[in-house]
Amino acid sequence: MAMEGRDIENLIRESFPNARITITDLAGDGNHWAAEVIDESFRGMNRVQQQRAVYASLKGKMDGAHGELHALALTTKAPD
Amino acid sequence: MTTTTAQDQIRDTISKNDVVLFMKGTKTMPQCGFSSRVAGVLNYMGVDFVDVNVLADADIRQGIKDFSDWPTIPQLYVKGEFVGGCDIVTEMTLSGELDQLFEAKGVTFDKDAAEKIRAANA
Repeated sequence: MAMEGRDIENLIRESFPNARITITDLAGDGNHWAAEVIDESFRGMNRVQQQRAVYASLKGKMDGAHGELHALALTTKAPD
Repeated sequence: MTTTTAQDQIRDTISKNDVVLFMKGTKTMPQCGFSSRVAGVLNYMGVDFVDVNVLADADIRQGIKDFSDWPTIPQLYVKGEFVGGCDIVTEMTLSGELDQLFEAKGVTFDKDAAEKIRAANA
């Protein structure tokens, strides 16, 4: 079962209520997504730490061959 | 959870090799676009790296995710340290941070090739 862009945004939003979140459907197939998450809480974290936190917010949706979210390209940063 | 053996095997591989890429497929025959992109960058930059095909071993495939607390493949390790997956490696290549990391860790690579990648994606 594929996920909708707003489902992805809602999941991320639960963990990052004040973030600027942009979801893009990369291939137009509802299966390859990009998410840009800009949040103050990322300041001082390296990219691995930032993206680990975003993955955690997705609560296992990316796990394994049967994960609902097959491909999500992540970009994370603190606001400029 | 995966067996201790898989965790030991992973630890052993990344401690004995300077640059290790856990990927789907091999460096000469990648089987996923994301793995292919990272392997392609390392190949192009002339980095001597060890490829571990997670599709060949289910324990390693799950084990590497547990090891790094990172849900996706590929995963790049330099001198035993997890650097990131496809998005992070791509960003670091384009920003020059990957060059800096390799320089800091004493990993040989072709600086001209790295510049060519950046010029082509500018």
